[in-house]
Amino acid sequence: MTPVLELRGITKRFPGVVANDHIDLKLEAGEIHALLGENGAGKTTLMNILYGLYSPDEGEIIVKGKRLVPKSPSDAIAAGIGMVHQHFMLVPVFTVTENVMLGDEYVTKGGLLDRKRAAARIREISDKYNLFVDPDAYIKDTPVGIQQRVEIIKLLFREADILIMDEPTAVLTPQEANELFKIMGNLSKMGKSIIFITHKLREVLEFSDRITVIRGGKVVGTTTPAEANQNLLASMMVGRDIELDVNKKPAHAGEKVLEVSGLTVADAHNHLIVKGVSFDVCAGEILGIAGVQGNGQTELVRAITGLMHPVDGKISILGQDTTRAAPKEIIELGTAHIPEDRQKDGLVLPYPIMDNLVLNTFYKSPFARGAMMQEQPIRENANQLVERFDIRTPSIETPVGSLSGGNQQKVIVAREFSRPIKFLVASQPTRGLDVGSIEYIHNRLIEKRDDGCAVLLVSTELDEIMQLSDRIAVIFGGKIIKILPAKGTTKEEIGLLMAGVDTETQTPVSQPVPVG
Amino acid sequence: MTDNKEMTPKPAEGSVKPEKAAKPSALNIFFEEVSRNSLTVTILAILTGLLLGGVVAVLTTETVYSSFRTSFGLGFREVFRVFGITYSALFTGSFGQPDVIRAAIASGDWQQINVAFSPFFESLVQSTPYILAGLAVALGFRVGLFNIGAEGQIFVGALAAVWAGTRIHGLPPLIHAPLALLVGGLGGAIWGFIPGWLKAKTGAHEVINTIMMNYIAFRLSEYLLTGFLKDPTKAHPISATVDTAAWLPRLFPSPNRFHIGFFIALILAYLVYLLLFKTTLGFQLRTVGLNPNAARYAGMNIVKNTVLAMALSGLLAGLAGANEVLGVNRNLGVAFSSGYGFDSIALALLGNSHPLGVVLASLLFGFLRNGALRMQLQAGIPIDIISIMQAAILAFIAAPGIIRTIYRLKEPKEESGSPLLTAAQKGQVQ
Repeated sequence: MTPVLELRGITKRFPGVVANDHIDLKLEAGEIHALLGENGAGKTTLMNILYGLYSPDEGEIIVKGKRLVPKSPSDAIAAGIGMVHQHFMLVPVFTVTENVMLGDEYVTKGGLLDRKRAAARIREISDKYNLFVDPDAYIKDTPVGIQQRVEIIKLLFREADILIMDEPTAVLTPQEANELFKIMGNLSKMGKSIIFITHKLREVLEFSDRITVIRGGKVVGTTTPAEANQNLLASMMVGRDIELDVNKKPAHAGEKVLEVSGLTVADAHNHLIVKGVSFDVCAGEILGIAGVQGNGQTELVRAITGLMHPVDGKISILGQDTTRAAPKEIIELGTAHIPEDRQKDGLVLPYPIMDNLVLNTFYKSPFARGAMMQEQPIRENANQLVERFDIRTPSIETPVGSLSGGNQQKVIVAREFSRPIKFLVASQPTRGLDVGSIEYIHNRLIEKRDDGCAVLLVSTELDEIMQLSDRIAVIFGGKIIKILPAKGTTKEEIGLLMAGVDTETQTPVSQPVPVG
Repeated sequence: MTDNKEMTPKPAEGSVKPEKAAKPSALNIFFEEVSRNSLTVTILAILTGLLLGGVVAVLTTETVYSSFRTSFGLGFREVFRVFGITYSALFTGSFGQPDVIRAAIASGDWQQINVAFSPFFESLVQSTPYILAGLAVALGFRVGLFNIGAEGQIFVGALAAVWAGTRIHGLPPLIHAPLALLVGGLGGAIWGFIPGWLKAKTGAHEVINTIMMNYIAFRLSEYLLTGFLKDPTKAHPISATVDTAAWLPRLFPSPNRFHIGFFIALILAYLVYLLLFKTTLGFQLRTVGLNPNAARYAGMNIVKNTVLAMALSGLLAGLAGANEVLGVNRNLGVAFSSGYGFDSIALALLGNSHPLGVVLASLLFGFLRNGALRMQLQAGIPIDIISIMQAAILAFIAAPGIIRTIYRLKEPKEESGSPLLTAAQKGQVQ
């Protein structure tokens, strides 16, 4: 049988690097083919070539036996290739129908939009693949999982039979992700072929037919879930042996470090985002806050670190009331913060590494004497930290902005961990990092815990929460709906809570899932 | 969000192999480096701008056309004549005439030497307010603030200095002159503080407010010069002459107007450099300028730093005004600043908001402006050609792509563009 899609020797060079180096890939009809690789391995570049966004320097693309040279996404679409991007391309104030027909509008004889005919077609597609999408719903009112299905419908509406899905589960709850995989199964049964880009090993093993691993722009190998396991795939991705499971000793929880009671936080539009949350974190333990993105975690962290003032409630750190304290006071109490968005909040990208490493200690001895900065101690500090935290950089004078994401994150970790701290807020500490960096940062977090630091971990990655936390608080719709010990709690339990369903009563918690 | 980064692979990433290239020779590497260097672009932009000015001078000269009507050869000769005289007059106007200098030195007469060199010193005099005002705007840029109000701050600084120079009497020069200078600086500082405070407290954009403060300053100066500060013995609105004790001393006899303000400006440039790059305050100011979110995250006080930066910026601009009044004019008329404050924005850009860059850019503008006077007198080329040259230089600096295309330069390694300008536009206090 000839493959529906074949990539032969695709090579793409950027100044200084080869992003894709003679990549060969075969996609069979009706197959779910996982493309696995770290960030920077070249997955997205490869898919952008296939989708006509880049042109390859070498190699050819063969679709159903015919050579394709896509000059733009419309060429790819015409050849039956469709892509669901990681970030949805939807207009929130339009209905599902309007979004789907955007760019391929049905018109009546009078030249007006024919929403009815389009809606009928969408309903037909939705029924055929069990998508349960209402063509008349507005995107802004639909949950993220459904929005993703609208993206899939967009492709099916244009009769795509090769679907590329770029990190499709990144924005979903575990339940939504399972729904998505069911849908992907249906699609493949009906003859659609799917390329599924991810760096999550579990998903790959459970839901794909074949797996191609790429590393450093080259294909490392192609395998099947039956032949592979997580550790094998991880070492293929990284190129060395990887310890996936975090080894940790039992926690020795000490005194309360952070106490939060009745905390209520509003956003800039005065909408309540965090609604009367209470919890505490003790020295020597990791409290993990699990939840789908956008359920109030960001605002909760900003309030605790002084970047936002709460409307109501009380926060105290080490017995001191910090409810309306300035960030500096909170830092001086011994709080470290790994921010959710490292580039926006955590780093000054044009600054050299050495300056970023003293961003919040620059005024202290030995980095400053009186009003003058002391360059020599700042350099020494940088040299030590680069060595100790394994920051891969040509020099300490390199602007942080030109480092890879993992190394940028290491700069933040190095800065925050190298001063005496008693309380650590780690918000999405491994977002967008490769397996090797994740392993590294997880170990550092556990180390801090064992040193007696209180750690508040906020993550949307359930695996991360499960692996690291001693206790897990599940946040949903701005409320903490349950705090459980990590031991003896299953992923399914937490997953349901994250979706707002209380496991004991099996009833949904009142708030709907916020969108976006 | 994260995976997009794959599209722009970073050389620092260890996992991706660099592309093999043919081994380049040392000479090639040298040209490669020069070609990618942003200083190369700056220099070429200046030369191209100067050249363009000459072209415009030729095109706007009537005799060129009439010569062409006579004969082609005559026309070409005229083109070269105008071209030549433009630049030679520009040069002798700003540096002095070589033959006069030679003759003066040969004569051994001090006054003759003084006169021969006076064009050069006059250029330095012209550069002085540029340096101070350019530093004012550059300091703002570094903190992410777009201070369009240097012109107004210059006016207020001049008014305050004239007040101190004409209303305070009986002080020894060693006290009166620094005091008057300081009062001028404070006047500018207050004028900068107000929009800074408005921005920090209410979020009102400093571009709008500094423009408005300019208008207030212009009208304020008219009001004061027709009333409170007016010299009652004069018919037109002009202040009394500043007490001699408040004058910034001139170092040479007339007609050489060179005064110590130039050295004050250089010292301030060095102080601004120290402040920005060597002090903890400067570190905070620059952090606020480049990433206010990270500054807040790191515990820096954005309100305090914003207000302080605007006040310091105003102080420098105010000193520019005071310097002109106390060092050059010694009194204050209505139209005393010929746009130093607005030119200073260009200077800060041209100097990449670095004090040394600002000093060099200011010298360029000062020498051009001074040379232009002679160019107009001797060659009949209108002084406005200078404005065209300055504008062209800036356009080329702002759009380096033009220069890179004309001279087929390589793309820079890092996006050097004008990060300061964009940071200034984005820099919102949240």
